[in-house]
Amino acid sequence: MKNLFKSNAVIMLVFSAVVLSAPIWADPIGANYPDLLQKFAIFGLFAVGYNILFGLTGYLSFGHAAFLGVGSYAAVWSLKLLTMNVFLGIILATIISGLFALVIGFISLRRSGIYFSILTLAFAQMSYSLAYSVLTPITNGETGLQIAADDPRFLDRLFGITQEGVAIPSTHFFGFDIKSMDGYFGFYFAAVVLIIGFYIALKIFRSPFGLKLKAIKSNQTRMTYTGFNTRPYLLSAFVISGMYAGLAGSIMVAIDPLAGAERMQWTASGEVVLMTILGGVGTLIGPMLGAAIIKYAENIFSALNNTELTQMFNFAPETIQNALVFIVEPFVGKGWHLSLGAMFMLVVIFLPGGVMEGVERILRLFGIGKKKKVVEGDAK
Amino acid sequence: MDAILIQILNGLDKGAAYALIALGLTLAFGTLGIVNFAHGALFMLGAFCAVVFQKILTISVKVKDESVTLFDAYKEQPYLEIWLGDFGAAIVDWAVPLSIIFAIPVMILIGIAMERGLIKHFYKRTHAEQILVTFGLAIVIQEIIKHFFGANPIPTPAPDIVSGSAAVGAFFGLSDNLVYPWWRLIYIVFAGVVIFAVFAFLKFTTFGMVVRAGMADRETVGLLGINIQKRFTIVFAIAALVAGLAGVMYSPILPPDYYMGMEFLVLSFVVVVVGGMGSLGGAVLAGFLLGILQSFASMNEVKSIIPGIDQIIIYLVAIVVLLVRPRGLLGREGVFED
Repeated sequence: MKNLFKSNAVIMLVFSAVVLSAPIWADPIGANYPDLLQKFAIFGLFAVGYNILFGLTGYLSFGHAAFLGVGSYAAVWSLKLLTMNVFLGIILATIISGLFALVIGFISLRRSGIYFSILTLAFAQMSYSLAYSVLTPITNGETGLQIAADDPRFLDRLFGITQEGVAIPSTHFFGFDIKSMDGYFGFYFAAVVLIIGFYIALKIFRSPFGLKLKAIKSNQTRMTYTGFNTRPYLLSAFVISGMYAGLAGSIMVAIDPLAGAERMQWTASGEVVLMTILGGVGTLIGPMLGAAIIKYAENIFSALNNTELTQMFNFAPETIQNALVFIVEPFVGKGWHLSLGAMFMLVVIFLPGGVMEGVERILRLFGIGKKKKVVEGDAK
Repeated sequence: MDAILIQILNGLDKGAAYALIALGLTLAFGTLGIVNFAHGALFMLGAFCAVVFQKILTISVKVKDESVTLFDAYKEQPYLEIWLGDFGAAIVDWAVPLSIIFAIPVMILIGIAMERGLIKHFYKRTHAEQILVTFGLAIVIQEIIKHFFGANPIPTPAPDIVSGSAAVGAFFGLSDNLVYPWWRLIYIVFAGVVIFAVFAFLKFTTFGMVVRAGMADRETVGLLGINIQKRFTIVFAIAALVAGLAGVMYSPILPPDYYMGMEFLVLSFVVVVVGGMGSLGGAVLAGFLLGILQSFASMNEVKSIIPGIDQIIIYLVAIVVLLVRPRGLLGREGVFED
């Protein structure tokens, strides 16, 4: 019975069911907007990809937002030059960000540890600065890259596809408008991509390749002594996670066709690290959970204001109510980043394994779930 | 020639800030082995020490404006001016330099609190976790400052007497039109003094000798019966103090806002890596070098050859240095090598 839950098919079935039914279960917690659900899916995908690098190999990259940005720009250019069908844009964006990751990874992976983090950070900041300044013809600088009515769209023109009666054509997936179904089509689209991405990640986790990556994390020296050249494996992991980031960026574009340089800033890279850590590094579901929690918290916390807080604490006597409002107020609304930072610190300090570790601990408390690994653990 | 002199001064000025922050960063690396992403926040806190001090000095009361006779007009007058007259006004004018006195105890306390309260628990954790927790701390500090002071930059002017420009050109026998702001010159000198003080402290005092011994071989020093941990905590406080002082003095150049630390942090990290992790001299050297390189790259003549070079020169240099000389310019063997 236990093994049943470990088979790929069952995991994928459960996972797909949970993801696709998001509009149903997100309703009671007040998260049932296509906008927010799309963010869950996109950042989930981003984090899943990031986890392939950070979770499996332990290499902390601080520059993954650059790949997201490159993917976004590539996708917008595909929309502008080729066709409004997002399919091509997504494929192109994934390939281009993969190539970009190949170059950056090839250089950065010559070093490890903190030096690797700084190198990726330097590359990301460089791309960000370039996107803002010199590369303005490609990136449109501060304004951000957008689609316009008079873009060439050669492929669309070649096949004679035009969208009548609209100034700026909308993105579509083989004829299905992304914005249709009150925006839910966009969510289902992103969700299906997420499920595919998750399946690939699952396969990687359970492949000999994934095992080698984990071996790199636990002891790289020993790995080299057994005769493996670790560099190609690391580089593949880096490129794969870069492609995931580009894919996530292109889906952002598919849903809302514009791309800006601020997506590449290093704090944006920090955010995906945060999601991965919060959910649980090196676990399959964790990063997605982290992404969902952060995006959900962002949505809920940043919308609250003083009056709503006062209402929320209505049950208490007035003095306590005022005190509560006074304490909670800096953490919500504009100050929601404070809760984010505090949450982040608490997780790193007390729960380095993230939410997944927390769940496991609770399960163990009740005697279910797996016992603490004694035999398998690496000999530290 | 004029342009070159100006660029060198600009570079020294920027480099002074980089060098001061990087010095603190590398002190924390070399002694405690901590990768402190909250160091930029300490720089920002220093700048806000100046803001707070200025606010305290200018606590005002509304008084009747005697110069307006037609109707009742009121103006704000700081208590200091009422109590002490002209001397009070002078104190208010000199708020930024005086706030150093205020910043020293504050920054040392913050440094000790940070080390004892948080960083102590992260010695044995991985560098990734150290980076993450201090990154979180930096966000928290930033947001707290933002909550109290708002998101807009707060002007903190330099004293009137040095708010003008110095005739640098005339001094060097060059064009008379060549002038440079006094305060920036003061900043360069100040940075030199602080850097010199830190080096002298480490080089010529017994305390500094023990710390250097601890940096070289912590275990042996411990075996000799010296409580190296306590000294390292003090070194961390000094690192915080250096960053804070850099921030205080930088506040007239760049009006402090809650985000200024982050911008400097990334660059200072690059500076530390270029200089060599854990190498104090390397950090200072790389700070000034990169500052000067950056200001030369932003000359129009250079920009017309390679557009956008001023934006990326530092990162480019860092990448090249890391690949060619993995230990950085003056890096020691065995520091942060895994």
